[in-house]
Formats: sequence, C-alpha cells, structure tokens
Amino acid sequence: MHEMSITQSVVDAIVSRLGDAEVRSVRLEIGRLSGVVPDSVRFCFDVVCAGTSLQGAELEIDEPPGRAACRDCGAEFGIDDPILLCACGSANVEVLAGRQLRIKSVEVV
Amino acid sequence: MCATCGCSDDAAVHSHADDHSHAEGSHTVVLEQDVLAKNDHLAGHNRSRLRDLGVFAVNLMSSPGAGKTTLLEQTVHALGASVPLAVVEGDQETLLDADRIKASGAPVVQINTGAGCHLDATMLSRALDTLAPARGSVLFVENVGNLVCPALFDLGEAARVVIMSVTEGPGKPLKYPHMFASTDLVLLNKVDLLPYVSFSVPEFLHDLRHVNPDARVVEISATRGDGLDEWYGWLRRRPDRG
Repeated sequence: MHEMSITQSVVDAIVSRLGDAEVRSVRLEIGRLSGVVPDSVRFCFDVVCAGTSLQGAELEIDEPPGRAACRDCGAEFGIDDPILLCACGSANVEVLAGRQLRIKSVEVV
Repeated sequence: MCATCGCSDDAAVHSHADDHSHAEGSHTVVLEQDVLAKNDHLAGHNRSRLRDLGVFAVNLMSSPGAGKTTLLEQTVHALGASVPLAVVEGDQETLLDADRIKASGAPVVQINTGAGCHLDATMLSRALDTLAPARGSVLFVENVGNLVCPALFDLGEAARVVIMSVTEGPGKPLKYPHMFASTDLVLLNKVDLLPYVSFSVPEFLHDLRHVNPDARVVEISATRGDGLDEWYGWLRRRPDRG
C-alpha cells in the first residue's frame, strides 16, 4: 500500500517546513487520476502522525476531478478513470488535470 | 494574519461561512507543496549522477513471478561479456534474487524494503553508493514485484520496462492502468506457454493501447529464448525516455 509512504511524506514535509509548531489540521489535494486512494491516506494518517507535532490533527482532502484533451479529435473532456479513452475511440490523450498530489495548507496553533 | 482569508484578527475565535474557521491562536499556513517533491528531487539527483557516468538505468517492474530475475540471469549471460551490467534487487525480504544474480556474474546490491511495497529514490541513491556501477554500464533496477505502487515513484531511471507473463491472465493493462501507462517497453513473457493457457495476445495489445498508445511491445520467453535478441537490441540502443 503506497499510501503509507505517501502519508509519511506528507508528515515529513510538514515537520520539515514548520518544525515543532503544533498542527491542528492538514488540507490535501488528491486528484482523481493520481493513483492514490484518499480513504487509505485517511486510514494511515493517524498512525503516521502519532508522536509527531501533527498528533491529533484533522485531515481534509479535496479530490479535484480529472480533465483530458484528445490529441486526435481535439475534444476536451472530464475523466475520473485512469483508462484514458476519448469518446472518438482514441487513447492518444493528454491529461490536463487530476494527477495532482499536493499539501495545500495546514492550520497551526 | 490569516493566510486563508486575509483577516487580521488571528487572536480571536472566528469562523467563516465558506470553508474554514479558526480556533483561538491558530492560523493557516499555505504550503502548496507536491507530496512527492522530495522523492522527485532525489530522483533528479540520481538521474544526473547516472547520466554523468553514462549509465543507462532501467526500472524493471512486474507482478511477482512474471520472470524478472530469470530474464536478468539470461541477459547477464548473453551481454555480460560485452556490456558492463549491474543490478539493484528490490524485495521485501531475503537475498534469494541477489544470490541468483551474483551467481550469473553481475555485481548486485539487494534492498530489502521490509513492509514497503516499492523502491523509492532514496533507496536507489543508497544502493548506488554501495554498488558504484561502472562507467557506461547498464543498470537494472528490479523493483518489488507489484503492479500498483512502483508506478508512482520516480527513481531517476532512464527507462521503464514492465514484464507481463501470459500465465497472469488477460486484462492486466486495464486492471493496473497506472503501471502500464507509465512504461516505455512491455515484455510479454512466457509466450512458450501460450498453447496451454487462455490468453489472447491481440486482446492484450488492444487493452494496452487503451492506456498506453506508445509503449513498445516485445514477445519473449526468458526460458526458451524467444524475442531476447530484440530485447538485447533495445538495451544496446539505450532509448532514454528523455
């Protein structure tokens, strides 16, 4: 389950940026095409935060939708599934959004 | 000042109807930071280090049992005398695969990830310190057998190869699209078993094109030798993903 190392990276990055500041909540953005499962991150979060300045912090996750453009017919379309097929049948598709995996903000005391 | 709403009253308890509130004394810090930034940064270091040494690094990924280690043994036997080769072995536990590669004659470092399901850029960086691959060599990174997690982690490799065996059954590219979408080359292994299993190569190729229109495909049998000359030719050309 790669979500455990993803969650560990989140906590490490926050501690590295904010030092010992007590963190009350964390807001993440996990795009629907990112390959990361938000529920699994939620499951790992409390475990990884234990004993750190994030212990007891709340986790909020935004899940922005995917968007893609077809290189063959030029259509732009929404997509929340990693199988990137345009309605015209082409798989020659460029992902415009939905792969992001970002720490948006944290609330500190 | 509250970094989210811009209000100056950060000492008081207040809330906003839209999307956030503050308890007394708290404030929001906007980070806007990629979660994988640290890994990707280290992967960039690995990539420049390998490029400076003229090392062509290939990230080999597959399910457990698809034939990665057997393919590497054959490759070391066939090319080891003419091309310097080195191998990084990733498994959760044991030195079993590293021992097999060592016996075939290539320098090897084993990384045991313990509970981890993939290699990351830090692990490869440490392995490079120990292995010190020769200038101009081909470095194979045999990732942990898993079609899910390794797809997400850049190691600093020049190319990605997925090995898929015909005994694994159909539908793998659609079931594991992230893995197949990110690869440069697919080796379809164990084709010597096609007469005995229910596996349609045309259907596999059709499914693969739905997630990756560009990946090259070579049908091989690592045990019988089918297709291996084409694989060796690909390695000698060193098609760097850029």
